[in-house]
Amino acid sequence: METKVIHSACETCPQFNAEGLKKMGVNTDNFDFVVALAGNPNTGKSTVFNALTGLRQHTGNWPGKTVTRAEGGFEYNKQKYKLIDLPGTYSLLSMSTDEQVARDFILFGKPDVTVIVTDANRLERNLNLVLQILEITDKAVLCLNLIDEAKRNNIVIDTRTLARDLGIPVVATSARYKEGIPELIQTIHEVANGTIVCKPHRIKNVPSNIEKAVKTLSTEIEKEFSGITNSRWIAFRLLEGDTQIIEALKTGELA
Amino acid sequence: MGKKNIDNIIELSNELRWQIGDDFHDNLTESIYADAAHIVTDCVQVEKGKKRFRLDAKIDKIVTSKTLGFPIMFLLLGLVLWLTIIGANYPSSLLANLLLDTIHPALKNLSATIHMPWWLDGFLIDGVYLSVAWVIAVMLPPMAIFFPMFTLLEDFGYLPRVAFNLDNLFKKSGAHGKQALTMSMGFGCNAAGVVATRIIDSPRERLIAIITNNFSLCNGRWPTQILIATIFIGAVVPSSFSSLAALFSVIGIAVLGMGFMFLVSWALSKTVLKGEVSTFNLELPPYRPPRFWKTLYTSLIDRTLIVLWRAIVFAAPAGAVIWLISNIYIGDVSIAAWLIHSFDGFGFLLGLNGVILLAYIVAIPANEIVIPTILMLTVMVTGISAGSGAGVMFELDSINDTGDILRAGGWTLLTAINLMLFSLLHNPCSTTIYTIYKETKSAKWTAIASIMPVILGFIVTFLVAQFWRLLS
Repeated sequence: METKVIHSACETCPQFNAEGLKKMGVNTDNFDFVVALAGNPNTGKSTVFNALTGLRQHTGNWPGKTVTRAEGGFEYNKQKYKLIDLPGTYSLLSMSTDEQVARDFILFGKPDVTVIVTDANRLERNLNLVLQILEITDKAVLCLNLIDEAKRNNIVIDTRTLARDLGIPVVATSARYKEGIPELIQTIHEVANGTIVCKPHRIKNVPSNIEKAVKTLSTEIEKEFSGITNSRWIAFRLLEGDTQIIEALKTGELA
Repeated sequence: MGKKNIDNIIELSNELRWQIGDDFHDNLTESIYADAAHIVTDCVQVEKGKKRFRLDAKIDKIVTSKTLGFPIMFLLLGLVLWLTIIGANYPSSLLANLLLDTIHPALKNLSATIHMPWWLDGFLIDGVYLSVAWVIAVMLPPMAIFFPMFTLLEDFGYLPRVAFNLDNLFKKSGAHGKQALTMSMGFGCNAAGVVATRIIDSPRERLIAIITNNFSLCNGRWPTQILIATIFIGAVVPSSFSSLAALFSVIGIAVLGMGFMFLVSWALSKTVLKGEVSTFNLELPPYRPPRFWKTLYTSLIDRTLIVLWRAIVFAAPAGAVIWLISNIYIGDVSIAAWLIHSFDGFGFLLGLNGVILLAYIVAIPANEIVIPTILMLTVMVTGISAGSGAGVMFELDSINDTGDILRAGGWTLLTAINLMLFSLLHNPCSTTIYTIYKETKSAKWTAIASIMPVILGFIVTFLVAQFWRLLS
């Protein structure tokens, strides 16, 4: 009789599906879904990336280490995922090279799921980027990383409230110690397959005159491109006078 | 659907932009922060009573302090170099024994038994094989020590503190503070340092960082510095201090490189690359205890082996070229001898010699092979019989033998010092040049970044040579 060795209680949970996972390294052929990893610098994106793909992408404790995007793959429940590790950025509103790489990928690459890696110790600051990404895409997972450090700093985060407020699933992880990774994979899987439908938070607290302008503009955009989900964000960019977005609108790349 | 509608949308956006005024960006940013603050109040709780002892803050106070910050930095750099110098010796001679004293003769025997033609035997075994073997024997041990130690410091979170300490100097020289990070990467490999400049937003400051990255003494040049310092600088002090003297002179060269980095950055930002210094925020990440074995493993796989592979790839053809130019004769001189004699006059002006200049031309693909090339060419010119002889790259069993060969080739303390200076100040290796081109997409800036350091090297070595001769 075959006996199964159980290392921890987690493995008995239906959420845990270690057998369904196959790390595929750099092999990203014939993938079913594209997953982007975004987040602030130095929140451990590359560590999450390595934990998911089994690659050993160099990680370092300094902001801005990943300057190019790295790709890798994993297979989960017979579906193949291609994972893109984007450069860490604080925002998507300015136009530096790394921010552009990150933004262009989320916008034009249209990933099936965007995993936003955040530092649980500095959630408020990290949310700046999270809220911007949620304007662009509505298929996202918040990976609340470095949760072990947060615990040591006596920071307690109510992930359920956070998930409800943001409108996307939240998974607490400590990627360095491989904690929460199975849950993260399961969540990515559910968002990719539409089992979880996100209702992402959209930026509130906008002054009323701006809100009005945005609404006018986004209604026009929606009329032109039916089914577009980020018309509000495009409106923001047009009001900012973002030439790249204007160009993309003309060429139809955004549709 | 059509172009007309889209033009209308853009038209509309232009109109609305006027209406909402120019503080739109600020308003939007404020809204985002307000939302973030609101969300956080609902779901994040910090147990105030149990505030942890802030070890991070305490460490930061010391390592970024005005008085202790710099000494600690140099101490750490010194420690890393010291361990590299001391630790690399034994595995290096072990590898040399194996690859050069055991395998090389075995290969020669084998080729003799199968009657390989002399030129093929020379080309493959004395050219290609030996150069590769030399690079492995000399490069692998220091890299296998230097890179993991550097990575441990990096994982611990020390690099951003270095950037913090150096920020003021960079600002004064009109460059970006993050250049400290790319500079540190350059200490490993300049090509990697050039790629790392992507973290700098402003194109002006990024160009400065790219052009000056070559002043970071790279991994290919550390062994040259260490070897020459040990032979010549170590010899002028009592033997009990010789390693220390060698260590200080190598650190001196590294610091001089940083000095040139600031100087050239400053000169560029005052002339062709004028502009404001941009502000940036640098996060000092928490110190994280490195995961020792994992770091060791990844730095060995990711850095050491990749860099070593590159060195091998370039050393093999270079070995072939050296063998060829030493064995193809025009009239009764080999091409190499002819070149050396024509460079000798210019070399003398710089306190160097024709051999060194030719070696630097042959070694453009990889700095790692400068010393073996110099040794081989010296043997050929001076006609000393040592090791495998003319046209063969070799490693000598002891550092003393290497010193004897070089002295027989007319080397003095001045030659050694100027070689160390020229090793710091010369064109980047071909990989770095190619990387610069890929990053800047400009032939002009690539040319400037490649030629400017050589010119500086000529000027500095020339001045040192003239003063030296004047005073001695």
